[in-house]
Amino acid sequence: MLLFPEAVSLRSPRVIAAALFILLLALVPPISDAIGESYYVTLVTRILIFGLAAAGLNLVLGYGGLVSFGHALYLGIGAYTVGILSFHGVSNGWIHLVVTIVLSALVSLLTGLVCMRTSGIAFIMITLAFAQMFYFLGISLKQYGGDDGLNIAQRSDFGPLISIQTNTGLYYFAFGVVATTLYLSWRFVHARFGRLLRGTKSNVRRMRVLGFPVLRYQVVAYVISGCLCGVAGLLLGNFAKFASPAYMYWTVSGDLIVMVILGGISTIMGPLVGAAVYVILETVLSGYTQHWMVILGPIIVFIALMANRGLYGLFLAREAPGSRNSVS
Amino acid sequence: MSAPILSTHGLTKRFGGLLASDYLDFDVITGEVHAVIGPNGAGKTTLINQLIGELVPDGGRIEFEGRDITTLPSYRRSLLGLSRSYQITSVFPDFTALENVSLAAQAHDGHSFGLWRPVSREERLARPARAALEEVGLSTKNHTYAAELAHGEHRQLELAMALVSRPKVLLLDEPMAGMGRLESESMIKLLASLKRRYTIVLVEHDMDVVFALADRISVLVYGKTIACGSPSAIRASIEVKRAYLGERYASG
Amino acid sequence: MGGWALRRQAAHVGERRPDPAFFLLFGKSMTWNLLVIQALNGLQYGVLLFLLAAGLTLVLGVMNFVNLAHGSLYMLGAYIAAAVFARSNSFILAGLAAVLGTLLIGAIIERTTLRTFYARGHLDQVLATFGLILFFNEAVRIIWGQSPVYMAAPDAFSGTIDLLGSSYPSYRVLVIVVGLMMGGGLYLLIHHTRVGMLIRAGATNAQMVSVLGVDIQFLNTLLFGLGAAMAGLSGMMAAPIFAVQPGMGDNVLIAIIVVIVIGGIGSVRGAFYGALIVGVVDTVGRIYLPLLLRQVAERTIADAAGPALASMLIYLFMAVVLAVRPQGLFPARR
Repeated sequence: MLLFPEAVSLRSPRVIAAALFILLLALVPPISDAIGESYYVTLVTRILIFGLAAAGLNLVLGYGGLVSFGHALYLGIGAYTVGILSFHGVSNGWIHLVVTIVLSALVSLLTGLVCMRTSGIAFIMITLAFAQMFYFLGISLKQYGGDDGLNIAQRSDFGPLISIQTNTGLYYFAFGVVATTLYLSWRFVHARFGRLLRGTKSNVRRMRVLGFPVLRYQVVAYVISGCLCGVAGLLLGNFAKFASPAYMYWTVSGDLIVMVILGGISTIMGPLVGAAVYVILETVLSGYTQHWMVILGPIIVFIALMANRGLYGLFLAREAPGSRNSVS
Repeated sequence: MSAPILSTHGLTKRFGGLLASDYLDFDVITGEVHAVIGPNGAGKTTLINQLIGELVPDGGRIEFEGRDITTLPSYRRSLLGLSRSYQITSVFPDFTALENVSLAAQAHDGHSFGLWRPVSREERLARPARAALEEVGLSTKNHTYAAELAHGEHRQLELAMALVSRPKVLLLDEPMAGMGRLESESMIKLLASLKRRYTIVLVEHDMDVVFALADRISVLVYGKTIACGSPSAIRASIEVKRAYLGERYASG
Repeated sequence: MGGWALRRQAAHVGERRPDPAFFLLFGKSMTWNLLVIQALNGLQYGVLLFLLAAGLTLVLGVMNFVNLAHGSLYMLGAYIAAAVFARSNSFILAGLAAVLGTLLIGAIIERTTLRTFYARGHLDQVLATFGLILFFNEAVRIIWGQSPVYMAAPDAFSGTIDLLGSSYPSYRVLVIVVGLMMGGGLYLLIHHTRVGMLIRAGATNAQMVSVLGVDIQFLNTLLFGLGAAMAGLSGMMAAPIFAVQPGMGDNVLIAIIVVIVIGGIGSVRGAFYGALIVGVVDTVGRIYLPLLLRQVAERTIADAAGPALASMLIYLFMAVVLAVRPQGLFPARR
C-alpha cells in the first residue's frame, strides 16, 4: 500500500501491538471521562510530550548513532518561546510554533556544526556542556523569572478551529503532532536520508569512501531532531503553563536517552513506548517514597546492562532474527 | 605512453618514528592491472589509504587525471572515480547484500535528501545493484543480511560495492584475504573478468594470482618501491629476491 | 513536573554569584585588591578542577570509558570529610577518610558494575554512569538530608595571610599549594615511574599495553581508583569553601568536561592548563564582564546581559577552542 514505506503484515504481533497502542492512546480522554479520573489525561499528555522529544532524539541517537546528551535544551527553547512571547502579549500559537522551529533550527545548526568537529566521547560531553550553558542562560534571565521560572497565563491560541485551552484539547493536539511525527519518521527512515543515516551509524568511514559527504547530512539530521524537541518543548510549556530552566537541566537529557533505549533504539514506536514506561515508572515509584530516585538510579543501570533491543525492539527480534538491528 | 591516470610523487607518511611511506613514487596507467606486492608491514595498505583519502600524507603529492587530490576528502575522490575494497571486510551488517550495494550506488546518484520515497522502491539504484551482485556471483544472496554471509561472500560483496559506481580506478586491498581454495578459484575468475574493463591497483599476497593477472608489478619494501616492471622482469630481479629471501631469514 | 524543578533549583545553591555593584561602590582603591583576590580565587578553583579533571581525562583517554559519575565521587569525598570532621574535629582524619573512602568506593563500583561496560559502547556507559549519579545524589540526601552540611577549615588555617598587598584566606592558599603539589606528584608519577609509563602508553595505544602482557584489568582498577581518590581529595578540600549538598557534583562535572575538552582528552598536562584557564576565566569573568558591559552598554541592558554572558563565558571559550583546534590545546602526545 502506497501509504506504507515498507510491507506491513496485519498478522504480525508487532503491528498489532503498535496499532492497539495507538488506538488506546486515541481513546484515553473518553475512557478517562467514563471512569471519572481526569488525571489520566494529564499523565498521558506528559507521555506524549516526552515521547515526541524522545522520537526527535532517536533520529540522531538511534538511527544516526550520535550520542547527544543535550537535547533537553530544545525543550527549554520551545517552552520559553511560548513563555516569553506570551509575556509580551503575543499569544498566537502559530507564531509560537514558527519561532520555536526557527530558534531550534538555529541553535541546533550552530551547536551541531561545532559539535560535529568531534566524535565519540568528546561529542557526548560537548553536547552536554552546551545544553548546560543554555540552562545557565535561562537562570540568568531575571526578567523572565530566572530560576523561579516563568508562568504562562494562557495557552497558545491556534485559532478558532484548534483549541488547546482544555486538557482534552491539548491532549488531542499533542496526539496529532506525535502521530504525524511518527508517520513522517517512518517514511524518513526508509527513504534515502534515513538509510544514509543508518549507514553512518554502522560504518561511517565506509560511507565517506563510498562518496557520501557525511557531515552535512549529520548536521541536517541534528537540526531536524532539535526542531522536533523544540516542538515538544512548546507543548510542554503549554501543558504546565510554565517555562523553567529546569526543563533544560542535563538530567532531563539523560531521561530522554533512557526513554529511547528502554523503548527500543532505532525503532519508530520505541521512543513512545519508552516514554510511557519511564513516566509511569517514575509516577509509581514517587508514590511509594520521596526518595524514589535511589531506586530509579540502579534501574537505569540495569536498563543499560540488559536492554539491547528495548521493549518494542523485542517484537522485532522475534520477527527478523537474522538482522541484529533492523528498522521500524 | 599516455600519462598515468593516478600517480604519487614523493609520498611520505610517518607513524611516530616509523616511516610507512618513504618518498614513494607510484603510478597507474589507464586500463592496466598494477599489482603491489611486498612483505608484511611494507606499507601497501597505507598506500591505498592515502590514495583514497582515509589517511593524510605528511609529504608529497597525489594526482588523479592530472589534478592534485592530495588534500581532497575521500568522498570527493570517490565521486571523481576512485573506489576501494577493504582487506578486512567493511560492509554494513544490518543491511542485506542488495541494500549494501544499493547504498553504494546511492552515493553516486545525486543527493540523498530524500525524505519520503522508500529507497527500496528506487529502481535506478536497485538495477545497477542487482547487476553488480550478478557480476560478482552473489545474486542468490541479494536479500540475505550481510551479517549472515559467509566469509567468501563478504569478499564478493566488498567487490560489488566497489564496482557498482563504475569507477575509473579500482583499489583492491587483498580481495582474496582469508579465502579457502574453492572460494579463491571463483574470485580469480572474477578478477580476470574485470581485467581490461577497469583500471585496477591490486594489493595481494597470492603470487599465482599476481603473476597471472598483473600487467605491471611494484614491489614495496619499508615504504619504498624497490622495483617496478612487468611480471617477468620482477621475477628475474635480484633486488626483489634479496628483499624476499632476506625477509624469510629475518622472520626465522 | 514540580519534583524535577525543585531538584534542579537546589542543585546550584552553592554557586558563587557575587553582585558586581558591591565592588563599584568602593571605587578605584579596591581595584588592584579585587583583581588579586579574584585571580587567587580563580587559581584555587582551577586547582580543585584540576584534581578532578586529571582523573577523569585519564579514564576517558586510557580506558575509553565515559564516566559521568566522577562528579559523584567528588561529592562523596566532601560528605565523608564533613561527616568525619563533625565526629572527630580533626581535619587530617577527615582528609584521610575522604581519600581512602572514595578510593574504596571507586574501586568497588569499578569492579562490580562498571567493568561490564568497558566492552559496551559509549551510549551504555553514559546511561549506566547517569544511573549512578541519580543513585548517589539521592543516597546522600537520604543519609544527610537536603540542607547543606557544614565543614570548617582547620584551625591552623582559619585566618588570612598577606599576599601581594592583599589579605587572603590562608585556607585557600593551602588548597592552592596542595593542588599544585598534587600536580607535581602526578607529573612525577606519569613521567618517572613504570606505572606512569604504562598509563602514557595506554593513552595513545591501549591495545598495545595489553599485548605487552600487563594485567590490563588491574591497571584499569588502579587508574580508576587513582582518579576516584583525587576526586575525593578535591571534594574534601572544597568542603569548607563550597556548600556540601546533594547534587554538588553535577555542576562541577560540567566544568571539568569543559576543562578536558579545552585541554585535550587523555592529557594530564591539558587538564592542568585547562583547569587553570577555566578557573581563572570563570571567576574573574563573572566579576569583570558585567563591569565591562556597564562601560560600553546602557545600564539596564548590561545588568541583564552581564550575568548571563558571564555564566556562558567558559562554554563560549570551549566552542572557540573546538572550532579552531578540536583535539584540544594540549593534546596527549606520544
